[in-house]
Amino acid sequence: MLQALEGSQAVAQAVSLCRPGVIAAYPITPQTHIVENISKLVADGHLDCEFVSVESEFSAASVVLGAAMAGSRAYTASASQGIMLMAEVLFNISGMRVPLVLTCANRAVSSPLSIWNDQQDSMSVRDAGWIQLYCADNQEAVDTTIQAFRIAEATELPVMVCMDGFTLTHTLEGIDIPTQEQVDQFLPEFTFSRALDPRNPISVGTLISPDHYSEARHSHHQALMNAQDDIVAMDQEWAKISGRESGGLVSTYGDDNAKIGILVIGSVFGTLKAALVDAPPNEEPVKLIKLRSFRPFPIEAICKACEGLDNLIVLERALSPGGGGIVGIEVLSAISGMENPPTLHNFTVGLGGRDIPLEILPRLLEKIRSNPTPNQFEIFDVELDRLPEEDR
Amino acid sequence: MNAEVNIPVADLRSKQPRFRGMESGHRACLGCGEALAARLVMESAGPDVMLANATGCLEIFTTPWPESAWRVPWMHSLFENTGAIASGMEAAMKAQGKATKVIAMGGDGGTFDIGFQALSGMLERGHNVMYVCYDNEAYMNTGIQRSSSTPHAAMTTTSPPGKARMGKRHLKKDIVSIVSAHHIPYAATTSVAYPSDIRKKVRRAMEIDGPTFLQIHCPCPLGWGHEGDKSIEVARLAVETGLFPMIELERGGLVGAVPIRHPKPVEDYLQKQQRFRHLFTEDVRAQQELEHIQAIANYNIEIYGLLGDGQDNFDNEGMDTVKRGGLRWG
Amino acid sequence: MIEIRIHGRGGQGNVVAAYLLAMAAFEEGRYGQAFPNFGAERRGAPVMAFVRINDEPILQRNQVNAPDFLIIQDQALLHVPGVLNGLMPKGNILVNSSQTSQELTAEFKQNVIAIPAGALAKDILGRPVPNTALLAAFFALTGILSHQSLEQVLQHKFKGAVLDKNLNLINKAAELVPANQWKEA
Repeated sequence: MLQALEGSQAVAQAVSLCRPGVIAAYPITPQTHIVENISKLVADGHLDCEFVSVESEFSAASVVLGAAMAGSRAYTASASQGIMLMAEVLFNISGMRVPLVLTCANRAVSSPLSIWNDQQDSMSVRDAGWIQLYCADNQEAVDTTIQAFRIAEATELPVMVCMDGFTLTHTLEGIDIPTQEQVDQFLPEFTFSRALDPRNPISVGTLISPDHYSEARHSHHQALMNAQDDIVAMDQEWAKISGRESGGLVSTYGDDNAKIGILVIGSVFGTLKAALVDAPPNEEPVKLIKLRSFRPFPIEAICKACEGLDNLIVLERALSPGGGGIVGIEVLSAISGMENPPTLHNFTVGLGGRDIPLEILPRLLEKIRSNPTPNQFEIFDVELDRLPEEDR
Repeated sequence: MNAEVNIPVADLRSKQPRFRGMESGHRACLGCGEALAARLVMESAGPDVMLANATGCLEIFTTPWPESAWRVPWMHSLFENTGAIASGMEAAMKAQGKATKVIAMGGDGGTFDIGFQALSGMLERGHNVMYVCYDNEAYMNTGIQRSSSTPHAAMTTTSPPGKARMGKRHLKKDIVSIVSAHHIPYAATTSVAYPSDIRKKVRRAMEIDGPTFLQIHCPCPLGWGHEGDKSIEVARLAVETGLFPMIELERGGLVGAVPIRHPKPVEDYLQKQQRFRHLFTEDVRAQQELEHIQAIANYNIEIYGLLGDGQDNFDNEGMDTVKRGGLRWG
Repeated sequence: MIEIRIHGRGGQGNVVAAYLLAMAAFEEGRYGQAFPNFGAERRGAPVMAFVRINDEPILQRNQVNAPDFLIIQDQALLHVPGVLNGLMPKGNILVNSSQTSQELTAEFKQNVIAIPAGALAKDILGRPVPNTALLAAFFALTGILSHQSLEQVLQHKFKGAVLDKNLNLINKAAELVPANQWKEA
């Protein structure tokens, strides 16, 4: 049944349904409502878990690492500067192959200071060795959170559930919260093969020489690549129980015979979908490609989604200054293996909370019609006349 | 005593096998104070424990993969998050309804400096963790750089003496007071030269359901510049001069200090270590620094009452007593 | 789809008003979406929130730039640049004000209905929080959602004396405006 819930409130309820043993968090906008709602669930006796209010994000990540290693299902949430502060621990968690779940309420990274939404934070820890799943709406955030625990525990890899800050976390909309029975049916009790136990002592996080390091890294990489199957399988399995799919690795919307594709990541999907619904009937058909799994990066699934396209717009919410797009470069590399790869156009939109209006669709289409130079990167919507000459 | 039991004294040790949480065969330097102290701590802590170990010598020399010296569950995460890792382990034990005691271990760098915030958080939140700091007074793992625990005037690779400097310019951070100011149930300092004192304090800390802290003074022969077979002697002199007082604090208040009765001059301690050799030159500043260091020792002696106030013979917690192992079962 | 923009000051219950509006839509089996345009606002600073109401699921997440209705919780905000931006040509403004609707309509050349929501709230709740009174007036004016739905969402949110006072407040507020005057819009 649909309930009118704020995204953060819904995610808090989803986390609670997964019966975590330990939660640790440090407040940061726009993640705060998630942990506030969880704290309330704990205070009201709805959730029986150890809630550790830590003194920094660095410790939040460390506490959940210690907890998961000691055999408890663990959860944390953060954003922006918090993700940056956690960065060292994030690498450590994944390198130790510890299953836990983190919600990233996506936000820009300072400086200049912006508390608003883009995806610079999670993109900046792209190489931390975590599974990264991006949510297009709050229903997906709920369903992906539940799936994330299962994926993490099946693959022994940490999962970062990325949801756009404010745009999702602070939006009240209709969300179906599954029942405890549904979640229990899907998510078994926490088990971890390497949980620390005095009856069977092991040492973890040890020093490793050049003789073994490459093999450890290969295993980690391979585990992430293999996780593609788990991500798809869990989405389907949860769909059998909940009746909803979240889009596996990659999903598409719109005309399958379209010659123009737009690949998006996160909540801008909804706005583009609305723009397509509203588009005049004589407008050229467009296929939307929603990238849900950024890590592992699903090369095959992306190529399949791009088949038949002449032009592919990659629309992203972060950038690598001095390089350009982050997702765009990876998609370009992925489609280079196709027999007839589409021409790629890479734009970053909505930085630091800039609104992405419905008119983005016609403007993008106009842009690639008028400027067919491929493989160019551009930050969309920059008002160049506000900048000094040398910065234009 | 049961008169029937007759075990030759020489066999006592082998007949009473002790639990060895940390095995021999690790790769510590000879004379390593930290390795010995860690072994003593683990013996007293027993098997039902779980360890969070900061980055540092102890972590490196005990776990060159695929080998490990640990016989208890042991985890190393990072340099600066040991207090938080231990907090998480403890929260998990609570969540699972288990009684396994969580122990955190770090060096002075990982405790006084980079891991200080995580430690403070752990103490403030009241986690049931025994935090053990092996204090060898510098970043030994990276090759002897000064930390906030390095004593005044000591030479390290980043506090070298020269024309303009006489070693470290600043004072050693009073970590146990800072830790104790969190009003935790128990905080204590001890030294690897006094195994009985270590055992006693570990047992005391292990019994407490709440955060406890032990600072163990451990010589590093390489970093301090003395032979490996002099570690215990040097460590003992640090205590006997008053430079490293062995004290106990409960809820922020001083409850005990091991009396030293007849303090030795600080030169006795300093002279045995290359890290202080620049203090034994003709340089007038050297004499001044020796006076400064003696003043530090005098201050410790005064504020902790290290001279004691009774007769040596009736002490139950004096230097001689702990040296003889008199408090082993205390 | 109906799009509404709510302007107010930090502390006036702007986001709550937006959420209540969207929640009322769900009470009637319709779809609602509400979100704030959050800043690093503190009490007293101008803030805004957006609401969409539709019979179909709402897909887009952009800000409401061309609202059908403006709900303004503080009359002084009428003079703040940008507040009236994008209002549809036949759009309407509901404002918490001590001035009359006629005066404000003449001044701003838009359909303005004014009610003394803050004063009414001060009388009944003891605090000049205009949000629920404005919502009641908005529902009465537009007929978009029923007064009963507003009562229901208030019942989810409040209990006891606070609920009773709020129910009293919205009943009084609904009577202050001509019912269904904006129904055509």
